[in-house]
Amino acid sequence: MPDTHFYRYDDYDRTLVRERIAQFRDQVRRRLAGELTEEQFKPLRLTNGLYLQLHAYMLRIAIPYGTLSSRQLRKLADIARRYDRGYGHFTTRQNLQLNWIRLEDAPDALAALAEVDMHAMQTSGNCIRNVTADHFAGAAADEIEDPRIWCEIVRQWSTLHPEFSFLPRKFKIAITGSPNDRAAVRVHDIGLRLWRNPEGRVGFEVIVGGGLGRTPMIGKTLREFLPREELLAYLEATLRVYNRYGRRDNLYKARIKILVHEIGAEKMRAEVEAEYAAVRDGALRLPAATIEAIAAQFAPPALPHRPAIAAEVERLRLEDRAFALWLRSNTAPHRLAGYRIVTASLKPAGAPPGDASAAQMDGVADIADAFSQGEVRVSHEQNLVFPHVAVDDLPEVHRALGRLGFAEANVGKIGDIIACPGLDYCALANARSIPVAQRISGHFAELARQHDIGDLKIKISGCINACGHHHVGHIGILGVDKNGVELYQISLGGDVDFGRTAIGTILGPAIEADRVVGAVDSLVATYLERRTDGERFVDTYRRVGAQPFKERVYAAV
Amino acid sequence: MPLFSESGAPSAFTTIPFADWQSRTDWPAVSLANTDPVEDLASHVGRLRLIELHFPKFSDGRAYSQARLLRGRLGYRGELRATGNVLRDQLPFLLRCGFDSFESDQPGFDEALASARSLFSVVYQATEDGRVPASRLRLGADATV
Repeated sequence: MPDTHFYRYDDYDRTLVRERIAQFRDQVRRRLAGELTEEQFKPLRLTNGLYLQLHAYMLRIAIPYGTLSSRQLRKLADIARRYDRGYGHFTTRQNLQLNWIRLEDAPDALAALAEVDMHAMQTSGNCIRNVTADHFAGAAADEIEDPRIWCEIVRQWSTLHPEFSFLPRKFKIAITGSPNDRAAVRVHDIGLRLWRNPEGRVGFEVIVGGGLGRTPMIGKTLREFLPREELLAYLEATLRVYNRYGRRDNLYKARIKILVHEIGAEKMRAEVEAEYAAVRDGALRLPAATIEAIAAQFAPPALPHRPAIAAEVERLRLEDRAFALWLRSNTAPHRLAGYRIVTASLKPAGAPPGDASAAQMDGVADIADAFSQGEVRVSHEQNLVFPHVAVDDLPEVHRALGRLGFAEANVGKIGDIIACPGLDYCALANARSIPVAQRISGHFAELARQHDIGDLKIKISGCINACGHHHVGHIGILGVDKNGVELYQISLGGDVDFGRTAIGTILGPAIEADRVVGAVDSLVATYLERRTDGERFVDTYRRVGAQPFKERVYAAV
Repeated sequence: MPLFSESGAPSAFTTIPFADWQSRTDWPAVSLANTDPVEDLASHVGRLRLIELHFPKFSDGRAYSQARLLRGRLGYRGELRATGNVLRDQLPFLLRCGFDSFESDQPGFDEALASARSLFSVVYQATEDGRVPASRLRLGADATV
């Protein structure tokens, strides 16, 4: 199936990626020959996506704005087979990580990636990272404008940006085109929200200085409304202010959120606006023709008319409980009647969240070709998404996903846990995350119970860097190391929804690994006793406060 | 430390630190720390012949922004030299930001300089080196920065 409804590289893009690989191949050669020290090589490999983890090199592949063609996904499977151990891990940053890459093979793996117009540039390092977006972009019923157009414009502008390749720290940008924020824009270095102002113009709300990690912060709105054609001017102005004035004396105080916090949002706004005024009328203003050409590449696929209600779906909804639950939790409204957005859960009960084998990736690509216009998305919640599935086809998609093990009806439920790789894979982690997630999802395996509990987001990080977004989990779990013992700190009340974005509050003392499941069980029991009709876990927590949860958890442990 | 420039003839002027230069702004060569305000050179750029910008560590990228402001905003046309921890793999970035001479003790730096401009035939950003970015080339024949 041709990739006609999302961005395809042209010769310029392909040439740049090819030249970048040639440069990296030479850098790897010099490293292997001893001409570069590890210290000198490190930033070079990092900005090409290559980490050195506990046991091996890890390659982090960018999936810009989470969009994949079936062809690209098959190539990822192929690379996982040829250069790794036959599986990969989808992350909260819309990346795919391969954990067992040999340094000598890395340039070849990148060359294979380039065959399908993909790269691993700037997936690490102190530069502008892979730009993320709403995983329902271009398909969601509630969307104002497809954010991927703007992500692609930002991807190009930020790739090998000569001024911003040695920033004080990493820099993450997320864009949403929907009022229901599925991209967590308030907890990014820059979050962009497309909205339509009272005059009917679409532009960006620009949010700066959000982030998780050691010092979690909600971003501040520097600009209520930015004309779309001035996006790059405003980004360049913001990055320049950050590059010049961001702290570099302390790794932990180097993110832009600290700069915004220390000088205050007003001063930050004044600095950025002054710089913006100086650059807005220059080469950074986007010509209408450029915007139109990129937008044309994201034109919605021509979806044939399909019945809005399908007899087989209605029958199964009544007769097949598993299907009914799946329909409710794993599909979402599409902008067109007759279609749904389907989420494939990469969280079967008891499995490592976000992992997929090469065979599973191929299977997902097959389903995408047959039932979703050859298109797949990667969500920051570590699931895969089919953006355009006809209602009529849902039963077959459900069956096919079942055969892959990805039909668990738990999206948005307690089993749909976000977890970073943790101590098993990550050189930074203090504690395991994946086994904790596996135990919790195993404990709550029963789907009817999960649906009774309702929407509940558990997010687990193996260290303070918060790759598992524990701060914004309704239940957040943070692994900490105390004198060589892995303990887990629980927080409640985090949220990324727009207008409700909140950092969770620590419940009490950290607990041992074998008590985490019991603690979560106690939290859920407390909620079930106290909830009112239609109240989600996090809403009950907000209403009744931490005390009843705290009493129950610490009485039990 | 060895000096390199694409023209092969770096300026022979001696730079003085920015703080000293402020009391004798007729001096043609100045050296800036990466925290010094380049904006203060605005009314002197026509007279200055050599400006040194410093990289205390290669990973400290403040001087890239200083360079772009000097070239792009203040219109400085004299020699712009990168000093400190300057590595050959930074060259494509340095050249794009307007540096044209370099102090480096890294082996192979001169060979790297000779080929640095041809490493990437495509660029995505309009910067101070006058190269036309891909977005403009795509718009066709009248593409100018």
